[in-house]
Amino acid sequence: MARVTFTDRLRHVAPTGTVVVRGARLLDLIDAIGADYPNLPAYVLDEHRRVRKHVAVFVDGALVRGQAALDLELAPDADVYVMQALSGG
Amino acid sequence: MSDRLLVATRKGLFDLRGDAAGGMAIAGRWFLGEPVSAVLRDPLDGAIYAALDLGHFGAKLHRSDDDGASWREVAVPSYAGLDGDPALAMMWVLEAGPAAPYGSGSIWAGTIPGGLFRSDDRGESWTLNRALWDDPLRPQWFGGGFDQPGLHSISFDPRDSNRLAVGVSCGGAWLSEDGGETWAVSTEGMWAAYMPPAERENPATQDPHRIVRCASAPDALWTQHHNGVFRSVDGGRSWREIAIAPSSFGFAVAVHPADPDTAWFVPAIGDQQRYPCDARFLVTRTRDGGDTFESLTAGLPQGESYDLVYRHGLDVDGTGERLAVGSTTGSLWVSDDGGDQWVGVSANLPPIHAVRWV
Repeated sequence: MARVTFTDRLRHVAPTGTVVVRGARLLDLIDAIGADYPNLPAYVLDEHRRVRKHVAVFVDGALVRGQAALDLELAPDADVYVMQALSGG
Repeated sequence: MSDRLLVATRKGLFDLRGDAAGGMAIAGRWFLGEPVSAVLRDPLDGAIYAALDLGHFGAKLHRSDDDGASWREVAVPSYAGLDGDPALAMMWVLEAGPAAPYGSGSIWAGTIPGGLFRSDDRGESWTLNRALWDDPLRPQWFGGGFDQPGLHSISFDPRDSNRLAVGVSCGGAWLSEDGGETWAVSTEGMWAAYMPPAERENPATQDPHRIVRCASAPDALWTQHHNGVFRSVDGGRSWREIAIAPSSFGFAVAVHPADPDTAWFVPAIGDQQRYPCDARFLVTRTRDGGDTFESLTAGLPQGESYDLVYRHGLDVDGTGERLAVGSTTGSLWVSDDGGDQWVGVSANLPPIHAVRWV
């Protein structure tokens, strides 16, 4: 079971704190959580189910970008953080 | 006259109402901190739509059915399933489709990367206009200001709302006679200074910054183009270039709803500088169809002004007397007399994307 945490910036569409979810890949986790938080997937993924360019996914402490984040096979006890890349203005 | 103005900014949507002193004051503020790229109040049912451009998390659309007391996130246009994997970057303009023939709750969205979308259920679902998207000229479109092309103007002919005009930067002006079933690019008379000589009249790469139509004389349209002002008196089928002092460069244009010969522009130094000529902020007005122009300056800063007005940053109300203009530096002015005299409402708003009398 993966432990998944979302940036506070997404608190209006995502679970607060850390949730424990079953899934082998990131999309499985997003879909599982999306069942209870239907607006969430479109904040993390675009309409082609690609990770948005400025969404930063960390798996077990390492930043995983783009398609690699989707392809990565998660360890059974993976720690996943969905954060936002920093940009200013 | 309209007494309510919605102002979409880089950091929120503001609701301004007329105050006891005869001016305008901020009465409500929503989505503070969030970029609001477009706003619409549907005159048919009063619903307010706010398009957000969240950057990191994509474009979102919220609707309020109680005049702003509460908001609900609804669906956004989607490019899923299309060749080339285009993706929604921003909703640039929202317009309500007239009840005839589109029915109540018809909302149209112009987007980056260039798709025209229509919702018939108040934003709960969206359909891409495939006829325009699949036009063989569309691959020639390119971005102007943004990386990808964007559709920013949607104008219905009130005599027959199956007739509509849309504008794309940079992709030309397009007309449909059948509610969007078929389209024809229509830029005869326009030319593009930024293209190589042999390509200057290519209709598919014209950059109309904004296209507006006179409500009472719908064959009269005005375009503020990247390198000039163009006017049509035949429903957009042909265009005539009109030179304006101090500059023909700008983004915004508004036309008087009852007088097709009266229009307003906000000139800036083109092409790269993009601030008011001599740092004097002014609005130009013609009352004779573009034969002559007046520079309107009363109440506007006549020095050290670096205000630029984006394409949706100028609006005229239904009487043609009340105007609002909002700038990139967060300045907002209104006029109650067609632009003769302006009153500053704020100099401290976030950068203004759009103003709309409702």
